[in-house]
Amino acid sequence: MTTLTLRRDGPGAKTAPGPRRRLLGLVVALAALAALLVLSVMIGSTSIAPSAVWDALVRSSDGIDQFAVRDFRLPRTIVGLVVGVALGLSGALIQALTRNPLADPGVLGVHAGASFAVTVAVGLLGVREAQGYMWFAFAGALVVTLLVLALGSTRRGSSPVVMVLAGVCVGAVLGGAREALQLTDPDAFDMMRYWNAGSIVGRPLEVLWPILPFFAVAVILAFVVSGPLNALALGDEVAAAQGVGLARTRVLAVIALTLLAGGATAIAGPIAFVGLMVPHVARWIVGPDQRWIFAYSILLAPSLLLVSDILGRVVMRPSEIPVGVVTAFVGAPVLVALVRRRKASGL
Amino acid sequence: MSAHVDFGRRALVLRRGRIAVRLPFRPLVVCAVLAVAIAGMAVLALMTGSYQLTPGQVLSALTGRETGIVHDVVVDWRLPRVAAALVFGAALGVSGAIFQSLLRNPLAEPGVIGFSQGSYTGALIVILLVDGTYTQLVGGALLGGMATAVAVYVLAHRRGVQGFRLIVVGIGVSAMLESLNTWLIIKADLDEAMSAAAWGAGSLNGVSWDRVVIGGACIAVLLLLAGVANRPMRQMELGDDAAASHGIRVAPVRLGLILVGVALTATVTAASGPIAFISLVAPQIARRLARTAGITLAPAALVGALLCLASDHLAQHVAPTPLPVGVITVVLGGGYLAYLLFTEVRRRP
Repeated sequence: MTTLTLRRDGPGAKTAPGPRRRLLGLVVALAALAALLVLSVMIGSTSIAPSAVWDALVRSSDGIDQFAVRDFRLPRTIVGLVVGVALGLSGALIQALTRNPLADPGVLGVHAGASFAVTVAVGLLGVREAQGYMWFAFAGALVVTLLVLALGSTRRGSSPVVMVLAGVCVGAVLGGAREALQLTDPDAFDMMRYWNAGSIVGRPLEVLWPILPFFAVAVILAFVVSGPLNALALGDEVAAAQGVGLARTRVLAVIALTLLAGGATAIAGPIAFVGLMVPHVARWIVGPDQRWIFAYSILLAPSLLLVSDILGRVVMRPSEIPVGVVTAFVGAPVLVALVRRRKASGL
Repeated sequence: MSAHVDFGRRALVLRRGRIAVRLPFRPLVVCAVLAVAIAGMAVLALMTGSYQLTPGQVLSALTGRETGIVHDVVVDWRLPRVAAALVFGAALGVSGAIFQSLLRNPLAEPGVIGFSQGSYTGALIVILLVDGTYTQLVGGALLGGMATAVAVYVLAHRRGVQGFRLIVVGIGVSAMLESLNTWLIIKADLDEAMSAAAWGAGSLNGVSWDRVVIGGACIAVLLLLAGVANRPMRQMELGDDAAASHGIRVAPVRLGLILVGVALTATVTAASGPIAFISLVAPQIARRLARTAGITLAPAALVGALLCLASDHLAQHVAPTPLPVGVITVVLGGGYLAYLLFTEVRRRP
């Protein structure tokens, strides 16, 4: 006897849990993030008791611990949270857009553009303050991504493969020019080797505020296009047949991811790997629905960033390792373990 | 059977008894044009320098009809560098073509399996911690690169190696090593960090005849192996199952191809440092010039050689200060591929 039932044991069945379990997972991820936020304020070159943290935040008492919390730990934690959200969401966007699980925001030349602009600012224009070259980084990231988009588009739309190749090319050209500048200018090289590591230390909150409106717009755009991106995963023709505006979806997605990745890079320098890995893990947990992947990425990415930052403070206490150096050491073993355990998942 | 199969493109068919070779027309012409361009570029490179020569002098020096200073300048000083650029460029082009065909991904290159980052880590450790000689530097680079490649392969191995898993593991391991490299560069003092970065960019400075001959011999053997593996590689582009049904033992062929690709890159790294990007860009440019469906080895080798030679010429003589060749390769190759993509996209309806 044969019965017509939906097969629940297919390759996709196990990777797409029901809405209740997804929601539960989301709550767990949120709780983990909250715990990490608290830990990030407490742990450092000196550990600060939770009561002292509470004092510093609620009462305006003065003491060395309160000073450390208010002026150093708290801004650093907030910057980590915001940068993490931006990196995770931009990674999820680029992977959905290009249908390439290997894509990260760096692929569209975001890092290369920011890095090149900062090198020019530092090496040729003599800019030395973070508030100064931050805007160069942001502008560099935006301009280069738009250039890549223009290179990879025809009148009838854009091909993700060509866009990715164009991004790699433009990134390479700028990288070469940047390297030529750095290798002939020791001062610029010295500045850039620290900037290139990616760090959330010593960024006052004043650096963050002007970027926040851009992030807000980008997050809204990301969720607006999340539905159409789901259709896009089935192929251009199917998506068009479902009434999705291909060009509009792609343009909005690119705007959102550029603002997010460019802003994050402007604040913290190039932090690789978070945007690449977190959407992978999110996809393994929740399955192919972009809306859920976006939501999970928003929570998991800052968690990864904060864990890495805390580890960077603790491992070689009292000296610190920049967070951009630690992220790969925390994330890569997880990625390797996952890819060995599960059936490799495409998009 | 003498029926002519129409493949949709013109091809040259050479037949002698039972052996026939079918050579598609356009790739053949492209290869010939590339060879002429390489010859012209080589003569230009041999002419240029603080002691300027004419093409005639170069040609007679090469054919052994010159003695004295002209012979010394051309054959002893400039020729090793030109030969190195050609041989190493070709090796990198083929190495990239192998990886892109194997992993069916236009972004694949030997760096995917972690070799590049690993060799840079090895070299950095030798430069910064041991303060070693050039031989130790090369040893460290090779050791680091090979160890990383083996680690990636082993980590990706689970009931056989699957292309996608290899890529993801490679990305993870490379990212870790890249972080380590960034950190080593931060911790080093500025002069050492800069000389390490210059090595990391890849340079043909100080390439001598013995390095070219040893490297060239290794590369010649490896290219021969790549040529032999060309046919099964073509078939594997159709998918593992299709290739297996054509009688190809997929797993050993894949391992062999990975070994040849990594060995090609390793040889170049040992002789000149990791010259970036040729392995990624040369197969892509070659494919677009020859308008072939897949990745092809011979045009990729020629494009790689031309790119490396032209980049080195620009790096030495046109840039305001002499730069490592890798810096120019990236700009030249990346720019040209961007241009090709641009025209390709415009040509589409």
